[in-house]
Amino acid sequence: MNAFLTQYAFLVVPIIKIAILILLVLTVDAYLTWIERKVIAHIQARWGPHRTGPHGLLQPLADGLKFIFKEDPMPANVDKVGYFLAPFITLMLALTALAVIPFGPQRFTVFGYETHIGIADVNIGLLVLFAITALGVYGVALAGWASNNKYSLLGGLRSSAQMISYELALTLSVVGVLLIAGDFSLRGIVEKQAGSGHGIISWNIFPQIIGFGCFFIAAIAETNRAPFDLPEAESELVAGFHTEYSSMKFAMFFIAEYTSMITVSCLATIMFFGGWLSPFPDAWTFAHYLPSVLLIPFGLWVIFDGIRYENLFGRILLPGVGAALTAIGAVLIVFPFLNDAIQGIFWFMAKVFVFLFVYIWMRGTLPRFRYDQLMAFGWKVLLPVSIANVVLTSVAILVWGKY
Amino acid sequence: MTAPLAIFFVLAAMAVLGAVSLIVQRHPIHSALSLIVVMVALAGLYLLMGAEFVAAVQIIVYGGAIMVLFVFVIMLLNAGEEERTTVSKLATYAGIPLALAVTGLIAAAIARSSGSLPAPAPNGALTSTKALSTMLFSDFVYPFELTSFLILVAILGAIVLAQREN
Repeated sequence: MNAFLTQYAFLVVPIIKIAILILLVLTVDAYLTWIERKVIAHIQARWGPHRTGPHGLLQPLADGLKFIFKEDPMPANVDKVGYFLAPFITLMLALTALAVIPFGPQRFTVFGYETHIGIADVNIGLLVLFAITALGVYGVALAGWASNNKYSLLGGLRSSAQMISYELALTLSVVGVLLIAGDFSLRGIVEKQAGSGHGIISWNIFPQIIGFGCFFIAAIAETNRAPFDLPEAESELVAGFHTEYSSMKFAMFFIAEYTSMITVSCLATIMFFGGWLSPFPDAWTFAHYLPSVLLIPFGLWVIFDGIRYENLFGRILLPGVGAALTAIGAVLIVFPFLNDAIQGIFWFMAKVFVFLFVYIWMRGTLPRFRYDQLMAFGWKVLLPVSIANVVLTSVAILVWGKY
Repeated sequence: MTAPLAIFFVLAAMAVLGAVSLIVQRHPIHSALSLIVVMVALAGLYLLMGAEFVAAVQIIVYGGAIMVLFVFVIMLLNAGEEERTTVSKLATYAGIPLALAVTGLIAAAIARSSGSLPAPAPNGALTSTKALSTMLFSDFVYPFELTSFLILVAILGAIVLAQREN
C-alpha cells in the first residue's frame, strides 16, 4: 500500500487536493450567497433571510436542496447540444481557474511527493488564468444562443461583447505588476512583494494603484457582476443568458459566477496586496496572535447572541458554533506551531474576504451601467489608462532601475 | 506507454476529431465550437513539448479572441443550418485522391525519418518565456515591429471602413 502510494503520489495527492478545494469552494460559494443576501438586505434596511435556521444560516442548504429536486425541463426548439454543454463549460472553466492560485506559503512532502497549498504551481500561472478567462465567454454566449430565446440571445451577445472589451483592460492592467515582478508565476509575484520584511510598504498596491483600479473595475465587468451585470439585467432581459435554465443547470451558472468572484478576489490579493503576506513588519511577532484576538471575542459574542435566540434550535446551534470558534482561537494561542502554520492562509483569506465584501457592497450601492456607457467606458477610459500605466511603470523602472 | 505519450494520443485524437467534426457539422456554430476544440488540443500539444508561453498564447489569441469573434458574428447574423449540396465533380474525382496522396506522403516522410526526429524540447533553450521574449526583442526586433505596424495599419483600415460617412 505504502509503495503504491509513493509511486503514484504525483497522481493521488493532486486528486485529493482538488477534491478538498472543490468542496471548500462550493461551501464558500453557498455561504457567499447568504452573506450577499444579508449584506444587501441590511444596506436596504431589511432583514434578509432569517427563517431557515438561526439568522437564515441554513438558507444555502435549503436552496441547494431545492435546486437538486426541481424539475429540469428542456425547452422546445433549443439547440440541444449547446443548451446542455453551456452550464458545464461555464462551471468547469470557473473551477479550473482556481487550480493555479497559491493559497499559502508552505511546501510540504506527502509520500515523498513535494507539494504546496494550491493545486498546481505553474511558472506561467497568470497566463493560464487569462487563457481560462478568455474561454469563459463561450459558456455564456453558447447558453444565450442555444436557448433560442430573444432575451437569452441579447444577454449572450451583450456579455460576449462586454467580456471581450474588458478582457483587454484586465490583461493590460496587470502588466505593471509583471514588469515589477519579472515573473509570470503567481507564487513568484507574492514572494517578490515580501521585500525586506517591512510588511505592507513593499506591496504592489502602492506603485500600481492605477493598475489596481483598472484591474478591479475590469474584473467586475469580466465576472458580470453589478454595476456591470448587463448580460442578466432583469429589468430589460428577464434574466439574460440563463432565462431558459432552471434547476441544477441554473445553479451551475450561479456557482460559476461566485467561483469567478473568488478567483478574481484571490488574483487581486496576489497581484496587488501581497497574497499570504502579513501587512505588519516581520519584527512584530505579537501580530501573529491576531487570528486568536479576532476569533475569541467573535466566538464569545456568538455564544452570547445565541443563548437568547428566539427558538430552541438557535439556542443550541449558535452557542455551539461560538464555542467552536472560541476553542479554535484558544488552541492557536496554546500551540504556537499551529498558529505560525495558519498565518499565511489567515491573511490570504482575510484579504479575499474583503474583496468579496467590496463586490457585494458595490452591488448594493451602484446602479447598473447603460450598455453604450459600458462600451464607451471600457474602450475610451479603461483601456487608455491601462496602457498609460504600462508606459509609466516601464519608464519608472528604466529611470530608477528595479523597484 | 509513458504518460506524455498517452497524453499526446488523447490530445491528438481530440484535435483530429474536432477537425473532422468542423467539416461534418451542418450548423456554423457547431463548426466554430469544433474549431475551438482543435485550438485547445493544439495548445495542449504545445504544452507537452514544453512551449508553455506559446500554449497560453494559442488559447488566449486563437481560442479566446479570434474564435469569440467568429462565434459572435455567426450569432449576430443568426446563420441557420447549411443545406447539403451535391458534391461537385472536381471534389470527388480530384479531392479525395489528392487528400490520400498528401496523407501518404506525410506518413512516408515520418516513417522514413522515425528514430532520427529531434527531441521536442531542447531543455529550456527557447521554451522559457524569458528566453523567448529576449530573442523576440533583440534578434528579431525589426520583423516584430514591422508586424505590429502591419497590424496597426489593418486596424486603421478597419476603422476607416466601418466609419459612418458624414
